[in-house]
Amino acid sequence: MILSAQALTCQRGGRSIFEGLGFSVAGGEALLITGRNGAGKSSLLRMIAGLLRIAGGTLTLQGGDPERSIGEQAHYLGHSDALKPALSVEENLAFWTAWLGGTGEPRHALAAVGLDSLTALPAAYLSAGQKRRLSIARLVAAKRPLWLLDEPTSALDTASQGMLLNLMRGHLAGGGIVVAATHLPLGIDGARELKLERAA
Amino acid sequence: MSALSSLFLRDIRIAIRVGGGAMIGVLFFMSVVTLIPFAIGPDLALLQRIGPAILWLGALLASLLALDRLLAADQEDGSLDLLVMGSAPLELAVAVKALAHWLTTALPLVIVSPLLALFLNLDLNATAAVAATLLAGTPALTFIGLIGAGLTVTLRRGGLLLPVLILPLAVPVLIFGVSASNAAVVGPVSFGAPFTILCALTLMSLVIGPFAAAAALRAGQE
Repeated sequence: MILSAQALTCQRGGRSIFEGLGFSVAGGEALLITGRNGAGKSSLLRMIAGLLRIAGGTLTLQGGDPERSIGEQAHYLGHSDALKPALSVEENLAFWTAWLGGTGEPRHALAAVGLDSLTALPAAYLSAGQKRRLSIARLVAAKRPLWLLDEPTSALDTASQGMLLNLMRGHLAGGGIVVAATHLPLGIDGARELKLERAA
Repeated sequence: MSALSSLFLRDIRIAIRVGGGAMIGVLFFMSVVTLIPFAIGPDLALLQRIGPAILWLGALLASLLALDRLLAADQEDGSLDLLVMGSAPLELAVAVKALAHWLTTALPLVIVSPLLALFLNLDLNATAAVAATLLAGTPALTFIGLIGAGLTVTLRRGGLLLPVLILPLAVPVLIFGVSASNAAVVGPVSFGAPFTILCALTLMSLVIGPFAAAAALRAGQE
């Protein structure tokens, strides 16, 4: 499985963010997107996820399901956690698992992120880091080959960062792809870096 | 459980739990309609004559009040992004959301309308006619509102723009809803003719609404 981009162009509000961007990531590889604030890291992830219009160039996922768009084969972990405060931890996860095409038991995914003791608690009472871990749990609960992570370590403590690192390593070992926008080194061995330079 | 049925159950659950807002529309509807007799005075004949129109106006305003939560709540917490990335078509996803929204906000209006009809001195015939027209007409309001919710979802403070966008499209529903109710009471046209047009408006909006809202969401991907 290879995710590749040719001559990708991003425009926001009539202003060009980046132009002529090209990269390719194969299964089992991680790509870290770095760059200053406003360089287009989040925009690039949203373009891959199909949430932002591609102004120019092409994005392809070779070896994926040709019947589905790239977004339907990807997990997107954005700045918002997509949790409903009125629903319990387990209800939140069970919904996203069903919606994103997962077949697994939500409780296993909750155990993987260390939230299995809080299943019945409404998500309103979770801390920022616990909310983050609950959104990470949906990456485990529904199997999708491409992970798009936007600042995945924000609000996570050291132990949870290690937990996320282990999950990413497991995903890569299973032939998955990780594309992460980050300011911090995530600690993935052999990860390649794509530095977005601000167009002058 | 399939993706669409779990979305339906999730929206129902959120709406009926504390802070979900399912009862806001009903409370607004009851407040408006109970205040009218105090404002107009104890003229029973007058109340009876304008009763169907008041019930319809109250229901229309109450359903407008709840509309801005239809998609905006999912936009604010990032859920809408993930809904777009699901394997179910976006058209079906927004249709299911609108259906859950109708069940939790508009159906309660239909259920309390016979009680409020008592306050307005409506007889049994007129009460049944108003309840029937509300049942047939409120889905049109929800699904027309879905288009507006899709258009305004990316705007901040879009909740103010939404009623202005939707009201002109809701006017035909109001006209035929009230005229069918009145026809059942005083005539001269039969109840069937305006009621059939009302049903046609609902069926049209059921078809057009989800496609237009999904197209609006895709066009708004900025």
